[in-house]
Amino acid sequence: MVQLRLPKNSRVTGGKHHPAPAGSGKTKTFKIYRYDPDSGQNPRWDTYDVDPTQCGPMILDILIHIKSTVDPTLTFRRSCREGICGSCAMVIDGRNALACLQGHDDCKGDKISIGPLPHMPVVKDLVPDLTLFYAQYASIEPWLHTETPEPRTEWKQSPKDREKLDGLYECILCACCSTSCPSYWWNQEKYLGPAALLHAYRWIIDSRDEATGARLDELEDPFKLYRCHTIMNCAQVCPKGLNPAKAIAEIKIMLVDRVV
Amino acid sequence: MATYEFIDHRYDVVVVGAGGSGLRAALGCAQAGLKTACITKVFPTRSHTVAAQGGISASLGNMGEDDWRWHMYDTVKGSDWLGDQDAIEYLCRNAPAAVYELEHWGVPFSRTEDGKIYQRAFGGMTKNYGEAPIQRTCAAADRTGHAMLHTMYGQSLANATEFFIEYFALDLIMDEGVCRGVTAWKLDDGTLHRFQAQMVILATGGYGRSYFSATSAHTCTGDGGGMALRAGLPLQDMEFVQFHPTGIYGSGCLITEGARGEGGYLTNSEGERFMERYAPTVKDLAPRDMVSRAMTMEIREGRGVGPKKDHIFLHLDHLDPKILHERLPGISESAKIFAGVDVTKAPIPVLPTVHYNMGGVPTNFYSEVVTKAGKNPDQVVPGLMAVGEAACVSVHGANRLGSNSLIDLVVFGRSAALRAADILKAGATQPELKPAMSDWHLDRLDRFRNANGGTPTAELRLEMQMAMQEDAAVYRTSTALASGVKRMQAVQAKRGDLKVTDRSMVWNSDLMETLELDNLIGQAVVTVVGAHNRTESRGAHAHEDFPDRDDKTWMKHTLTWFDDKTGKVKIDDRPVHNFTLSKDIDYIPPKARVY
Repeated sequence: MVQLRLPKNSRVTGGKHHPAPAGSGKTKTFKIYRYDPDSGQNPRWDTYDVDPTQCGPMILDILIHIKSTVDPTLTFRRSCREGICGSCAMVIDGRNALACLQGHDDCKGDKISIGPLPHMPVVKDLVPDLTLFYAQYASIEPWLHTETPEPRTEWKQSPKDREKLDGLYECILCACCSTSCPSYWWNQEKYLGPAALLHAYRWIIDSRDEATGARLDELEDPFKLYRCHTIMNCAQVCPKGLNPAKAIAEIKIMLVDRVV
Repeated sequence: MATYEFIDHRYDVVVVGAGGSGLRAALGCAQAGLKTACITKVFPTRSHTVAAQGGISASLGNMGEDDWRWHMYDTVKGSDWLGDQDAIEYLCRNAPAAVYELEHWGVPFSRTEDGKIYQRAFGGMTKNYGEAPIQRTCAAADRTGHAMLHTMYGQSLANATEFFIEYFALDLIMDEGVCRGVTAWKLDDGTLHRFQAQMVILATGGYGRSYFSATSAHTCTGDGGGMALRAGLPLQDMEFVQFHPTGIYGSGCLITEGARGEGGYLTNSEGERFMERYAPTVKDLAPRDMVSRAMTMEIREGRGVGPKKDHIFLHLDHLDPKILHERLPGISESAKIFAGVDVTKAPIPVLPTVHYNMGGVPTNFYSEVVTKAGKNPDQVVPGLMAVGEAACVSVHGANRLGSNSLIDLVVFGRSAALRAADILKAGATQPELKPAMSDWHLDRLDRFRNANGGTPTAELRLEMQMAMQEDAAVYRTSTALASGVKRMQAVQAKRGDLKVTDRSMVWNSDLMETLELDNLIGQAVVTVVGAHNRTESRGAHAHEDFPDRDDKTWMKHTLTWFDDKTGKVKIDDRPVHNFTLSKDIDYIPPKARVY
């Protein structure tokens, strides 16, 4: 039989409970994944009772509130707090999202779980190791390839051609999509995943780019591209409302078109 | 003290920071054949350049006639004549080439019907020396910084720039006034690193988080400024802190000035478009300092909106929804998420919010760090450069114009690389580093790591942020600034009583936030001391007890040194450069600043 349990040192145990200070109003409970690599101990779920009226409306506000007033050891990435830097991606209430854009009122249930992005190695608490994700992004060569000598001013691009980049260039590399994809969970060492493929298409479709053929050649591979089985989790979770699965489908169409 | 060991690295150039200016500098140095490392505390595309919205200024003339001299005039006037005109000439002359370079790298700029880069109107940008607003700001919808930063990161990959990602810079390695490198802490495994280099380029951004409410990211803690102060170097013009007129009320998230560039306008509780009274020629497109003051004045005089009458409305609801969708999609989304407002139907509640630091590490237009030594106000600090918001060239003087920061990043990032290529020899022998040069970096790290006092980091940070917010605001008075100096002195003295809970070395964000707080505190102290010292009003420094600009006494840059042990501040000054770079334009003499 296939062993489906997590390896011994990854099994999550019960953790500490942090009640709200006396005199707090109505509280909500947040169940947060904790892992300290220095401790030699297994990851655990700590629970925190928080009076949400004491902080802002987003999950990130809750995390900062906990770190500032309850437990300074709680560790997570964050920066812009407005959904443009892509630092605070995590799985919230069972769904990948940016903590800074996810309102705690919009989470169902009386116990809201918060964990690191799924199926990635965990460095500490809510901080995953994204080295592979970034390497995959780099592998699609995310820069303009041209051979024609550059003009003195700008390359001309019609508004219509420019519009083709909408829905693609806005990606913030938060990794919500790739780490929500079961194909990526299963084959991430070979499958590029939705984020990298969305970017691949962003350059393929750019009217200024002159390496379309070479870019398509690179992707024509049973694993890099064709592990996308249109599960569509990527489009469901993208905090910027993008549709990586559609971009992947467009690449597949181009690959078919050039042989028929 | 626990034993710590450094892992050693040797490069020709080490860039600290991977935002717009850091990436441009690193790329240029690498292209010039210098062995270059770029160390950054966040993954490059998470740097705060990513949050810039409205655009990047350059006199391309795509929307009608333009001239770099007009751009220069606007920048000088915007700076309230505190900008150095040689540096401003360098900026404006080189701006168009810098934008074309970005476009050639692949930045997805919005386009005009004939396929050129689309340009929009922005505050203080005018044609023919102040005649009327002009469209000079090149835009990629309202995500220009994002588009630029991602493209520049891609370009860095194309040029195989060596990145050290999630390394937190600790301190500069100084050797009798010469910078020889920088030390850093690698977050994901807790190791410590010593980067030796012929040249260190600080590209660490601003210190907006010294205030309670800022458009700046949590990571905008001015780490380069903090390192420079501890290295015994002065910071320049730190009293000039820009408030962006349109931060979303409550959250402080940015709504681009481009919203007004596309036709948006501000109203008070009487529904009046009050900017017409304050700036009759350019109205809502006045520079940020003036708009922020006007808004503050309206609120003070009882014409604020909302139940507490404590903010202002920004209207976009009269604009064509198609235009909003095409040119302002990002802020439409932000307004929905952070203010619950559908911009096609209702105005956005906004408030002036801390946004940008005109001050920073003083440099010349080659981006070399300078200090005042004896009578020489332009003494170059060998081995050290600064670029971007961390630096004070000074092109922004007392007030930066919107969209002049993105162009500052790429023009001076490039100038730093050109200068480094000019004065350094790739692979040149570097002197042996002595332990004494960096032992104190470890002492400081260890002291904070084991800090066991009575004041948690978050508590002291809040105390600093409230002091700055209340006493060094849009309008300042002698009384408030004296109180601010006192409060900040109390804050800096409490650094000895800090309490850090996490003692680990791997991704210890409790410790990192404490080191960042230490960086912020030094800069907050010199900001408020500098503001108290400057008894005039100029640009973003609006002093109610001294409401006029005083060119006779104050046409000069403030220099401030901070003694890390005692918290004492030393103040001196440097002359403002009253000359240009070439004969193509004459020095623009000061006059009354009206719009």
